[in-house]
Amino acid sequence: MVETLIDNFVKEHEADLTTLPDYKGKDFASDQDVRWCPGCGDYTILKQVQNAMPELGYAKKDIVFISGIGCSSRFPYYMDTFGMHSIHGRAPAIATGLKVSRPDLSVWIITGDGDSLSIGANHFVQLLRRNVNVNLLLFNNQIYGLTKGQYSPASPTGSVTKSTPFGSIDHPFNPLSLSMGADGTFVARAMDRDPKHLKEMILRSHQHRGTSMLEIYQNCIVFNDAAFELFTDKKSRPQEAIYLEQGEPLVFGKDKNKGVRLDGFTPEIVELGDNFTKDDLWVHDESDKVKAYILSRFFDEQNTGDGEGELRFPRPFGVLYADDRPTYDDGVNAQVQHAKVHHGKADLDALLSGKETWTVK
Amino acid sequence: MILKTNKFAQKLTILTSSTDMSTNDQIREDVTIRFAGDSGDGMQLTGSLFTNTTALLGNDLRTLPEFPAEIRAPQGTVPGVSSFQLQFGSREILTPGDECDALVVMNSAALKANLSLLKKGGTIIANTAGFDKKNLSLAKYPEGVNPLEDGSLDDYELIQIDVTKMVKEALSDSDLGYKDIERTKNMFVLGILYWMYNRPLDSTIDFLMQKFGEKKPEIAQANINVLKAGFFYGETVELFNSRVTVKQAELEPGVYRNITGNEALVLGLVAAARKSNMPLFFGSYPITPASDVLHGLAAHKKFGVTTFQAEDEIAAVSSAIGASFGGSIGVTSSSGPGIALKGEAIGLAVMLELPLVVLNIQRAGPSTGMPTKTEQADLMQAVYGRNGESPLVVLAPKSPADCFDMAFEAVRISLEHMIPVMFLSDGYIANGSEPWKFPQSSDLKDINVSFEGPRTNGEATPFMPYLRDDRLVRKWAIPGTEGIEHRVGGLEKEDGTGNVSYDPDNHQKMTNIRRQKRDNVALNIPEQDIDQGSTSGDVLVVGWGGTYGSIRTVVHQLRKEGHDVSHAHLRYINPFPKNFEALLKSFNKIIVPEINDGQLVRLIRSEFMIPAIPINKVKGRPFGVSELKSAIEEQLSAQATA
Repeated sequence: MVETLIDNFVKEHEADLTTLPDYKGKDFASDQDVRWCPGCGDYTILKQVQNAMPELGYAKKDIVFISGIGCSSRFPYYMDTFGMHSIHGRAPAIATGLKVSRPDLSVWIITGDGDSLSIGANHFVQLLRRNVNVNLLLFNNQIYGLTKGQYSPASPTGSVTKSTPFGSIDHPFNPLSLSMGADGTFVARAMDRDPKHLKEMILRSHQHRGTSMLEIYQNCIVFNDAAFELFTDKKSRPQEAIYLEQGEPLVFGKDKNKGVRLDGFTPEIVELGDNFTKDDLWVHDESDKVKAYILSRFFDEQNTGDGEGELRFPRPFGVLYADDRPTYDDGVNAQVQHAKVHHGKADLDALLSGKETWTVK
Repeated sequence: MILKTNKFAQKLTILTSSTDMSTNDQIREDVTIRFAGDSGDGMQLTGSLFTNTTALLGNDLRTLPEFPAEIRAPQGTVPGVSSFQLQFGSREILTPGDECDALVVMNSAALKANLSLLKKGGTIIANTAGFDKKNLSLAKYPEGVNPLEDGSLDDYELIQIDVTKMVKEALSDSDLGYKDIERTKNMFVLGILYWMYNRPLDSTIDFLMQKFGEKKPEIAQANINVLKAGFFYGETVELFNSRVTVKQAELEPGVYRNITGNEALVLGLVAAARKSNMPLFFGSYPITPASDVLHGLAAHKKFGVTTFQAEDEIAAVSSAIGASFGGSIGVTSSSGPGIALKGEAIGLAVMLELPLVVLNIQRAGPSTGMPTKTEQADLMQAVYGRNGESPLVVLAPKSPADCFDMAFEAVRISLEHMIPVMFLSDGYIANGSEPWKFPQSSDLKDINVSFEGPRTNGEATPFMPYLRDDRLVRKWAIPGTEGIEHRVGGLEKEDGTGNVSYDPDNHQKMTNIRRQKRDNVALNIPEQDIDQGSTSGDVLVVGWGGTYGSIRTVVHQLRKEGHDVSHAHLRYINPFPKNFEALLKSFNKIIVPEINDGQLVRLIRSEFMIPAIPINKVKGRPFGVSELKSAIEEQLSAQATA
């Protein structure tokens, strides 16, 4: 059976997990100066990713970060792991080639809303559909930062930016709905301003086998400041954000006095009290695809309230959907392995001669 | 000419593979035949089967499949015609032949599209069922005109057979439906041709049994019966003045097989993977005429080959780069339009200094162009077609079998120099075939690959991913190796450390390094040889890629006629072999024939300040021997009068 240099390399270099160093988050910081704008949400995300790394159960040498182009895509330079800062939108394709050929590695994709919802949108959905076992962190700031302030495919309609002085016309992508539509097996959201939850979601992404799509609301302090303030500000957050917990009812509000219930497939907001109790509420089930899709959209589609007098749907954070589906890389490698075992000897001479030959004397 | 079906039925029970020569056989040094029919008539298969049988008989040969880009172009029309031409002989055969001796036409459109390629006095075998009113009108013959009947073909030997009727008769006992019966027509014609040219049926029968034997034995049997029926038809009705025999060619002793360019390319990649003991990762997106490479490699997983059909050309090359970063040979394939899409990613591989093999099976024209037709117009794209100064290596096989050697070389150079290599094949050599004296695996050189080792002793200085050896090659430092964690990227980097750098002097330095690194490949490739003629003299014809056969044949003829003409064929184009300039300068005149509007000729002119003379053609077909010969003769006489 064919054993290549890489097969041998992986065996020889296999990390002994029992003797992994006692990593700290700072062990994952590279020697490079971090060059994002002061106050950029990327700093917190970097910090939480570094903090999560010691808990992966991987040796540092086996972790790879691959990014595309954009502010967020500078990320790999700041991680003391293997990394590649590649080209615009293509990180999912590069990561696919890497993970399929090196399933022993923990592969992370760092991308932004421009990188993966615009120029790389095709690779983004194909990655989710194939379910390659990698983690994708989508830094969504709803703006193009590196090119200095044009609207992105995630910017709300009407966004006034450098390229849309009279407001954008485009209908934006909802990254979570898009991921659900692409048959993603792990769809989650976090925000830069809640580091504890963010770290938890980074670890959940790692634990999921398959493509983990974690959207992270990230504030661009220069070109789109406060885009997510409603959810990130500690005052409005209880009212405007809802944290999903597996098996728990959908409760939100400053006094935990509001909830979401499902009337058929239609969500509605209810006040807990005389008419409704927690038992009437929608109980979160990460494995329910239909409900996950509704969750991904309800604040878009149903919101008519102003959040003051009238009730308004909160935006969900946490794991909307997680499901086990065979991964692409496992499938590919199983096929190669099967061929190595069952398709006969890898006889190069037999291959070169083919089936029909003749001899000239 | 009435078919005696009872005699047929009798004979069908006898297995024959007779190639005995009868007394009225005519012996020929070479023969060119052309099968033409509707794209649904199975002409490509018929041609390939005739080719295999002919190769097994020991003839030298060259093939030219020509088909429409559409799977089923409008039936019965001229654009829907699919053809397969083959020249075979007892002498060295290097081209598929300019004009054919025999032309098979399954319908009137096939005749219309191909008659100009038939020699005066040549044989036409026409399926009369394809010349009914409907077919004639689809082929746009004027109302009431039937070329089979109006005397317009008097200059040819015309043999008319109602093939549709023949196969129905031959399969009168069969339970097959009309469509399945109709589909065996090509086997009848193949049988006739086997009789005409004294070929045995066994190889084709084996093929049919293998293809259909298990799953659809009745289809296999029907095809075999019809094949034999065609053979016996030729024998029984004595249609032809004489049978033609082409003796075995005097090829170099050894064991041979027949092979197309794309098949040879696949084998070259697998062989290089084995000789380097590396896994091969092939990321590709289907495109004519490169898809066969994907199909071929997908079947060879047991050799440690992984194929990935990506969502687009960019993902295909990107996945290969990802695999290469992880320590596999990353390979991607396409044709011109796809290569254009891959350009940015190829530039990334240039910056990363990782191995990457990019296969371009060239097609004709800009944009979508003519997907199934051949051209050599992507040379400039290969050498220069990326943003910034982005040097890489360009190789070009000269013939179908040479695709094996050059694919092996592409992998070797890419691995040994940590540099992307572009492999420029074209539709003509990719689909064309020739006999190949294949190597033994032990004849192939090992390719030595080593990775950067771990650093576990607390080295004082950090790992430097862009440290170089004396050839300017950096080490392949792959994930999973302790202590060498590092970052690479498309931004300009500082030499040595690989850290992002916008320093002006550093960019100049890195640009120079990447160029010099590419140029250093010239020290690791063979010097340019002379294919025919001498190393200095009056005229040197310089070719590259698929024009080899035509140029070699023409130069051979010119030299026999006493001209001082030599031929050099470039397989390593970028960088040029290190003796190339001196070689060019030892001739008075350089002529560069190409299937493009003048690309190698421009490289030669600009690189060496030599007033090389172009000979160009872009018709989606290779050079014919006679047209190339007269074009070169024109230059020779221009020189004489100058």
